[in-house]
Amino acid sequence: MPFSAQPPASGERYALSASLDNARHLSSLLRAVHFQDHATCLATASGLRVTVEDAKCIQANAFIQAEIFQEFSVQEESVMFRISLSVLLDCLTIFGTSSLPGTSTALRMCYQGYGYPLMLFLEEGGVVTVCKINTQEPDELLDFDFCSTKVVNKIILQSEGLREAFAELDMTSEVLQITMSPDKPYFRLSTFGNAGSAHLDYPRDSDLMEAFHCNQTQTNRYKISLLKPSTKALALSCKVSIRTDAQGFLSLQYMIRNEDGQICFVEYYCCPDENITEAEL
Amino acid sequence: LSRIGDELYLEPTESGLSLRAVNSSRSGFASFLFAPLFFQLYEPGSAGPETELFRCKVHMKSFLGIFRSLPSLEKSVGKCLILLKPRASRLVLQLHCKYGVTKTHNLAFQECERLQAVFDTQSCASRLCAPARVLAEAVVHFPPTLAEVTLGTGPGGKISLRNYVEDEAEPSKTMVTELWLAEDEFQSVAVAPGSHITFCLKEFRGLLSFAEASNLPLTIHFDEPGRPVIFTLDDTVLEVHLVLATLSDLQSNSQSPSTNGVSHLPAPPDDFADDLESYMVAMETSEGGSERPPSPTFPLRTPRPAESKAEEEEEEGAVPGTPPHKKFRSLFFGSVMTPGRPGLATTQEVLAEDSEGE
Repeated sequence: MPFSAQPPASGERYALSASLDNARHLSSLLRAVHFQDHATCLATASGLRVTVEDAKCIQANAFIQAEIFQEFSVQEESVMFRISLSVLLDCLTIFGTSSLPGTSTALRMCYQGYGYPLMLFLEEGGVVTVCKINTQEPDELLDFDFCSTKVVNKIILQSEGLREAFAELDMTSEVLQITMSPDKPYFRLSTFGNAGSAHLDYPRDSDLMEAFHCNQTQTNRYKISLLKPSTKALALSCKVSIRTDAQGFLSLQYMIRNEDGQICFVEYYCCPDENITEAEL
Repeated sequence: LSRIGDELYLEPTESGLSLRAVNSSRSGFASFLFAPLFFQLYEPGSAGPETELFRCKVHMKSFLGIFRSLPSLEKSVGKCLILLKPRASRLVLQLHCKYGVTKTHNLAFQECERLQAVFDTQSCASRLCAPARVLAEAVVHFPPTLAEVTLGTGPGGKISLRNYVEDEAEPSKTMVTELWLAEDEFQSVAVAPGSHITFCLKEFRGLLSFAEASNLPLTIHFDEPGRPVIFTLDDTVLEVHLVLATLSDLQSNSQSPSTNGVSHLPAPPDDFADDLESYMVAMETSEGGSERPPSPTFPLRTPRPAESKAEEEEEEGAVPGTPPHKKFRSLFFGSVMTPGRPGLATTQEVLAEDSEGE
């Protein structure tokens, strides 16, 4: 199927068209939510949101706001499609993943609308690659109904303090238990694995704690296999906000600063594990 | 310790905390004794006349998992608290990290009998002491997969290290590496001439890495083939012992000079480099014809209460004439040293059972 190697003229009407000087600004964020093969993309005037879900229990969203792009235009109110995230990432990183200083891959993205493939034009050092990725009908996305008015406990931590903890989580434990409380232990991550239990305690007056707003003692358990992928987002981020609501739903919001110092967000929502029992000591 | 066994034995004593391991064939034992001064606080608990200090064993992997990344531990952990909670059946390890973060690990443990190998460095005929670096540089020449190595003494006070080749192996398909160390590379040499021992290199490598990292000299105590070799490290707050069984030399009584390729090679002359070629020829012509005896086990004595006092000190394990130790010797040698005949069947009989309690 022949197609032009030239990017389309800006006069043509595309449902979505965007340009980005450094494709890494997009690819690194997408990697932080890449725990399933498929993702749902939603483009609005404010920017691009890429959503990945699993087991009807966990949802991750990567937000790349319009200001990050050199050019970003959405013709309708919103444009939504489902796409293979694995393929998208492979294309965005087609020139390799090592980031040599000074070199970057330029990206132009075009989507004609419902039923059309997503076109990517990638250029590095004078070499151009054109990719056409098929799109699918978008899935119904989970709505966790999580809003700031329903938040019971909230803390903001510097990511540095959590990175190692998440990377070394005892994966023989089925759950990750999170305790948030106005009293000791304030903020505790617990696992119950084959070797025994492990608890990681963060005091409220720790230097890592940027904000501590806990009103009620809550202990919730989440399937560790679902939360483990969030380690990628944690590794990229400088700060993370951890919030729970009255039902024990968990919201993790990661603030990520890209190479140019711009801020982007990735968030994870997770349902508590159904077999809730009292915390094991 | 993880190079020796899969279980870590923790035994608090009045003289410090002892961490020990034994291998599955009971032919290797190691102990690290940390004196109370090593710790900021050391409370071994109280032992009454009827009760002993509590001891336990945990899975090596579980314990090591807590100390996974040494560089990050050094950066972020301020202190470590170890608590033994017999009633809760938990060994608690609490790491106090920077930023006020506390990591608490509650490990399940098993009660165990006292793990003690009987050995006596005083009764060894030969002793070598070298900086760990010298031995590490020597051992690096052997392939990482090499199982056993032979340490020997030669003329002029030279010490040799040679990889042990099984006698069934085809001479044309095996590579033999031998290196000689001069006496002045060692801090002290007090050896019986013409002696040699063969022991497991893999288990030794673990101790060697530790010695190198702590920059401590390593002392090797050995005797006749078949008797255990004892490696020790000494520091003001740490005492380390590694006891390995050695291959017994069945043909030491036989007349034929070529049946055991190990003990009859000529040591190279001092201008060895020039004579390298003639030396290599000499090596190729020696052949091994005997059956390799099974690695001897040495029994781990679990002292009965009446005898426990006599065996408390590791150093004074062998008091001549004391019945338990004579018994140890005959048990140790009886199964393999039958003159003129190859070693016993390969089924390893257990020479000393653990007493009940497991």
